[in-house]
Amino acid sequence: MTSPIIEMRDIEKHFGNIVALAGVSFDVRPGECHCLLGDNGAGKSTFIKTMSGVHKPTRGEIAIDGQRASFASPRDAMNAGIATVYQDLAMIPLMSVTRNFFMGREPTKGRWIFRRFDIERANQVTLEQMRAMGINLREPDQAVGTLSGGERQTVAIARAVYFGARVLILDEPTSALGVRQTANVLSTIDKVRRNGIGVVFITHNVRHAMAVGDRFTVLNRGRTLGTAKRGEIKADELQDLMAGGQEMVELEGSLGGTV
Amino acid sequence: MAAQTQQADERLRKISLFARLMKRPELGAVAGLVLVTVFFIFTADASMFSLAGVVNFMTPAAQLGILALGAALLMIGGEFDLSVGSMVAFAGLVFGVGLVSFGLPLILAIPLTLAVAAMMGALNAQIVLRTALPSFIVTLAFLFILRGLSLVGLKWATGGSTQLRGIRQAVEGDWLLPLFSGKAFPGLFVWLAERGMIDTFRSGAPRVTGIPVEILWFVGLTLLATWVLLRTPWGNWIFASGGDRVAALNSGVPVRRVKIALFMLTACCAALVAIITVLEAGSTDARRGFQKEFEAIIAAVIGGALLTGGYGSAIGAFFGAIIFGVVMIGLTYTQIDQDWYQVFLGSMLLIAVIFNNVIRKRVTGER
Repeated sequence: MTSPIIEMRDIEKHFGNIVALAGVSFDVRPGECHCLLGDNGAGKSTFIKTMSGVHKPTRGEIAIDGQRASFASPRDAMNAGIATVYQDLAMIPLMSVTRNFFMGREPTKGRWIFRRFDIERANQVTLEQMRAMGINLREPDQAVGTLSGGERQTVAIARAVYFGARVLILDEPTSALGVRQTANVLSTIDKVRRNGIGVVFITHNVRHAMAVGDRFTVLNRGRTLGTAKRGEIKADELQDLMAGGQEMVELEGSLGGTV
Repeated sequence: MAAQTQQADERLRKISLFARLMKRPELGAVAGLVLVTVFFIFTADASMFSLAGVVNFMTPAAQLGILALGAALLMIGGEFDLSVGSMVAFAGLVFGVGLVSFGLPLILAIPLTLAVAAMMGALNAQIVLRTALPSFIVTLAFLFILRGLSLVGLKWATGGSTQLRGIRQAVEGDWLLPLFSGKAFPGLFVWLAERGMIDTFRSGAPRVTGIPVEILWFVGLTLLATWVLLRTPWGNWIFASGGDRVAALNSGVPVRRVKIALFMLTACCAALVAIITVLEAGSTDARRGFQKEFEAIIAAVIGGALLTGGYGSAIGAFFGAIIFGVVMIGLTYTQIDQDWYQVFLGSMLLIAVIFNNVIRKRVTGER
């Protein structure tokens, strides 16, 4: 088994007297999809923000390739190859796919006052990268606003991968999508994983997690309830862990197992 | 691979040239210009579209257009500047005082004027960015502050008058003057007149002696602004800053720097207009640039700039400004009462805004 790209050990995060994370351990290996499951308020957001350099952990260790690391800012984490695709995607609907793809990191050619945005190359790269993700753009200057939610998600993922992500953190990428688009995003995750990138897939949907996950970690009230490998755990067990066991069993009984 | 290419081609064909043009932000302005031109071809005296007539309407169009370019870039960047009209008066004051009271040559007076304007622009930007107030309110305050300062300053400089004279004498013979005043390429026009290619007076001298320099500035700045917007990283940052500030910041776009630069640029456009018009008039007064901020913003909106930012074009603002010139001057070539101008102005704005919303929905695929 390959060694982890990033390893988080016993991470604690306190906000004043609120304990958001009370000792979470988590790691991501190249080419795997590690699902982080948890109900609302379980601490998923705080945890990924710690991993992506937004928060500094109160206690605990972060190691990159086995070396201890500390992120002062999201930029540090990005430089270490940790890319996060948040729910709002950092995408501008009025701008073209290419302009969004290279926003803030425009390739240039020429020098001095002739230094210019190399738009031909940018268009070409965007088309190639999107095709590699299974999306044939009609034209690279198509506005992002014309894309579906799933396609936008794919642009954001392709962008992160192109700019050298080794670990890709996806924050609830499927939560606002329809069935077909969810399937598209899940297949994109699969493609990314096959390129040797470690994917952290945050979701509260067990079925989505089971579809692509290699390992599953459940967060509940700021703690990990353990990590399970694919095949070791069943969907309803994960569901129970997320909800904290007891109550869910009672609820499910009254709902006739539809949740 | 071959199959994929073919698939891509199939989808490409669905977008006709027409549909592509329909998505350009400049479309409204070009259509509007065609419309008013056709209108005046039928109603105005034929001399309106002679060379002299064209120069006649292009001159005010260029003076407004330089302001509109700044306003358009700033609007694309997501901010407004309502103080540009007052800035013209204020910059005119600084320029006039520099030339007349301190006897500076143009090589010093022009950079001084631009620097003071840029500083005021930066001040606007700092207040907007630090207080997070809408730029609409902050620059509305400066609309009054700068107009008031111009009045007070003029009285101080002239000993009680609101008009500062004596600029023509102060700049006479200055080697920089031809760049900012008068007409360019007089030799060319004499040459054309000798060969009978343009209208002449009976004496043989050409009716139009050259291209007014502001038209050259206007065209040059339009090309420069278009190049920056479409072909440089800065252009991408301007679109991004106006489109979604947070998304731009998260992607590493220096939003603050972009907005400060745009406010400074807008103020410098106003200063350039002040320099050109003050040199032309030979004096400066407190009413200079009065209400130009509205006309500039309207020209930018007619040119396709969205009030919400993130979308628009410099070429659009260029045509928007020309529409103003055509109508303002065109009415004098007709029997129509010139006071219809304001009615036209308001209607044009309304139509343009409605039209832009339709275009935006088309671009973003909103329903």
